[in-house]
Amino acid sequence: MLLTGNHAVAYGVRDAAAEVIAAYPITPQTQIVEKLAEFVEKGQMRARYVRVESEHSAMAACIAAEACGARSFTATSSQGLLYMSEVVFWAGLGRFPVTMAVVTRTLAPPWSIWNEHTDILSQRDAGWVIMMCENAQEAYDTAIQAFRIAEDERLLQPVMYGLDAFTISHTAEEVDLLEKGDVEGYLPPLDPKKLRVYMDPESPGTFGNLVGPDMMMEMRHSIKEAFERAREVIKGAVKEYERISGRRQAGLIEEYKCRDAEVVIVTMGASSGDAKDAVDALRERGVRAGLVRLRVIRPLPREEILEAVKGAKVVATVDRDYSFGYGGILGGELAGFVKNTMCRFVAGLGGRDLTPEDFQGIALKALDVAEKGEEREEFWWGLKR
Amino acid sequence: MTAMFSIKDLVEEEYTLPGNASCPGCAAALSLRIALKVLGPKTILVVPASCISVIQGYYPKTPCRVPVLNVAFASTAAAGSGMVAALDLKGKSDVKVLCWAGDGGTADIGLQALSGAAERNENMIYVCYDNEAYMNTGTQRSGSTPRAAATTTTVTGKPERKKSVPEIMVAHRMPYVATACAAFPLDFAGKLRRAASMPLRGLKYIHLLSPCPPGWRFPAEKTIEVGRLAVMTGFWILYEWVDGRYNLTGPSKGLLDKSKRRPLRDYLSIQGRFGHLTEKDIESLEEEVEEQWKDFARKMSMT
Repeated sequence: MLLTGNHAVAYGVRDAAAEVIAAYPITPQTQIVEKLAEFVEKGQMRARYVRVESEHSAMAACIAAEACGARSFTATSSQGLLYMSEVVFWAGLGRFPVTMAVVTRTLAPPWSIWNEHTDILSQRDAGWVIMMCENAQEAYDTAIQAFRIAEDERLLQPVMYGLDAFTISHTAEEVDLLEKGDVEGYLPPLDPKKLRVYMDPESPGTFGNLVGPDMMMEMRHSIKEAFERAREVIKGAVKEYERISGRRQAGLIEEYKCRDAEVVIVTMGASSGDAKDAVDALRERGVRAGLVRLRVIRPLPREEILEAVKGAKVVATVDRDYSFGYGGILGGELAGFVKNTMCRFVAGLGGRDLTPEDFQGIALKALDVAEKGEEREEFWWGLKR
Repeated sequence: MTAMFSIKDLVEEEYTLPGNASCPGCAAALSLRIALKVLGPKTILVVPASCISVIQGYYPKTPCRVPVLNVAFASTAAAGSGMVAALDLKGKSDVKVLCWAGDGGTADIGLQALSGAAERNENMIYVCYDNEAYMNTGTQRSGSTPRAAATTTTVTGKPERKKSVPEIMVAHRMPYVATACAAFPLDFAGKLRRAASMPLRGLKYIHLLSPCPPGWRFPAEKTIEVGRLAVMTGFWILYEWVDGRYNLTGPSKGLLDKSKRRPLRDYLSIQGRFGHLTEKDIESLEEEVEEQWKDFARKMSMT
């Protein structure tokens, strides 16, 4: 089926039998929630749709619906995600297995609707599993996998997944959908009894009242432990999905020609495809390049990354995001554990085009820096002077 | 009109237990106790940051015998909406959703979510217990603080008038809007029963004046007296808006005639928050009360 990334998410959420959708429009996400409204109104989904007045309310409604045992979903972008942020943390710290699609978009001011990843990465401490999609097919697949991951009893944490604005959200590609029966086996109905928070008048409990310093650390630690189990949960969900779909799936990371690579580019999201083209082109020129695409950002797949880059002379991170006074966010995070020489690039901010040629240039620059032993924190690639 | 609610209609069963962390003389805790007696065990309580967050006490203890979802300050009505959607989908039509928020969480930070829920006419009951300031943080002014009242952020008295959330709710044309006062528990209970038993689906809103001993600065044993005076002086009007009509309820029924009201200074003089008022200030507040009644009489005759 020919679908944009946005519609692919909507079909995924439909096929996953989400029960409550609460949403508020924002470019470039809107088509997801429009399509879902259509599915619900035409009776193609057995769900309730709450047309809330803000993103803050969207997430609050999802949390409360989940607390009443309903599989819940919302989608947002950029300003909407930041406006929602208080409740994003509420979902993570309260362990409500909501899922959310985030169509990544530059934050204002000044206004921009184009792609950047700072929005989704701003929520990285919220207690959510965070994933990034590479294309429309993966958006569909992730929409379904996200529910299975979130609702896994070993985890029970919310899952958000990013789609790059326009490059994925508005670009139509051929997408294979699953058979209904296959999804039902993969994702059984949510059993409310297994939820951490279930509002059951037959067995009343109070969720979220005061906790003193004597217990809070242990509560936070239990979430930390859940995230330690998250790696296995995600791997299992992906493997089982490969079986039912018959299609290969990336796990926590996707390695592309890393085995003998002297330079490994690290990316996430849509431009990873262009980076793969760059790897191929470089190899034709005799440069042993490779790519690591982070499909999962939280939990951060440290071991997988270390294994993938272990033979590389230099690791080139490409951040489409920025933390002022710190640097590119992924580059900074990888610098915390990667022992190889690193070269950190910031590129494609505000939707600036990032081509295969750019990635070739980035890889060659990184190799050059490594050979010269140049000491430099970061490179803003393509900056006009 | 609301059928009279008698003390015999209040069940003996308790759904909020004693030993909770409310201040002595707390009208909010008293009213919540009554509300849950009226609505019964098949009720889910949604509470934002408010005194109720503290009254629940420390985890793992709780005084509530119904499920409680604590939610972010601004999100009460939105969370209630999500619950209604889930319960409706699951066919649990016998479970009621009760949103219970303070005046800060209703008139100020939660107003957007409440207005959204009211416009969508979500099938739930929303009670604002109005103690006329941010009491949980120690008495800062809110949009619902009356003019001239001293708070920690209006130490010489609030210059602006109180915002009328019930009237904002009426403008949404949902099935039921009422005011109540903690000092008239049976009037409040009757309104809750009516809201809960209406066949018409939709949002039912009750705005409950909730006298606060530490915040209004009166002795803890005078909560009911202060609440009664709020109504008997005409400062707070008890009414319902239903089927497009306004009805006065309880003692307010007899107070359209100014001469039947107790002098306003009886209400003001027993509260520290009005202790700084000059004669001129009191006269100005008296005029405001009279204006409020004239406005109400106009609305009654128009509907």
